[in-house]
Amino acid sequence: MAPVDDDRNQGSGDLDAFGRKLEEARQRESSGRIWNAPKDGAPKSALGLAFRVSVELVSALAVGVAIGLGLDYMLGTKPWLLVAFIVLGFAAGVLNVYRMAAGYGYAVGYRKNEAPQSAPKEGEDRGG
Amino acid sequence: MAEGHSPLAQFEIKTLVPIHVGDLNLSFTNSSVFMVLTVLTVSAFLLIGMRRHALVPGRWQSMAELSYIFIANLMKDTVGNEGRQYFPFIFTIFMFVLVGNLWGMIPYSFTFTSHIAVTFAMALFIFIGVTLIAIAKHKLHFLSFFMPPGVPIVMAPLLVPIEIISYLSRPISLSVRLFANMLAGHTLLKVFAGFIISLGVAAGWLPLVFVVALTGLEFVIAFLQAFVFTILTCLYLNDALHLH
Repeated sequence: MAPVDDDRNQGSGDLDAFGRKLEEARQRESSGRIWNAPKDGAPKSALGLAFRVSVELVSALAVGVAIGLGLDYMLGTKPWLLVAFIVLGFAAGVLNVYRMAAGYGYAVGYRKNEAPQSAPKEGEDRGG
Repeated sequence: MAEGHSPLAQFEIKTLVPIHVGDLNLSFTNSSVFMVLTVLTVSAFLLIGMRRHALVPGRWQSMAELSYIFIANLMKDTVGNEGRQYFPFIFTIFMFVLVGNLWGMIPYSFTFTSHIAVTFAMALFIFIGVTLIAIAKHKLHFLSFFMPPGVPIVMAPLLVPIEIISYLSRPISLSVRLFANMLAGHTLLKVFAGFIISLGVAAGWLPLVFVVALTGLEFVIAFLQAFVFTILTCLYLNDALHLH
């Protein structure tokens, strides 16, 4: 879309008509996007969902185990911090999954990730 | 190239030009070859596509513009206007992962996105970069990220470690998702292709049908995982810029 601006100075008669048609097309596009990309990128298939849940669970658990082992090694409290951080890691994993399942999409955080719809329209021409 | 009969032989790293700097192994491998190829392909695609920017775009220009608009819209939806200055980075990530995945779909080629070392390096870079952006933008207020609003202060010793672990698990889940999808898909293709030969003419057509279907699915996954990697980066960036 952006390169249109560069050619505006070629100035011929039917350019105006083209401009009007382009504007109409843009209106149509913004009402129902050409790219119907899901906003949160959440997988639609059951397998994709299952895979995501397991990755979220296991990755948080892995971080917990890593922190536990590291702290144990540094402080010399052999198994105890590992035990504590396995529990915390599992809790973090469940939290990740909960956020995912509660409809946050891929967002991580507390409030629902309201997509900034208020973004001005000219954002489309960035960098053109 | 792929003489090995193991379905995992396709993921082997082969050193082409050994380069050793001190204790570091910086050899140019088959993985590096495909990264260079990917960068060249993306550059050629965009440069040739936009060679003469016509008012009515031709085929190549349309494709180049579509990829641009796709990411621009994605960023507008997920990050908003503040994310504009990071567009080049996000666009680069998307094109690099996407074209890398697609190069991997060519028989006898190498899929560098199927290596955790590659995806984790990218994820770690994104994670550190996004965290630095958040700290630069919000200074100490960034720490409020780890304390949910409206939680009694008594719960803090329990919740803050959980939140920190949850935050630290981001680069892992980001990189594992891409790597595991590519690894699993390509292994599955090889395994079923192996069945075609071993079952012969009698029953070999069954896995053949499967492999054809799987190849189509793999192309979808190549796009989808590049998209997921990009959208996750956008969402992390959004978190860093707006801080819940």
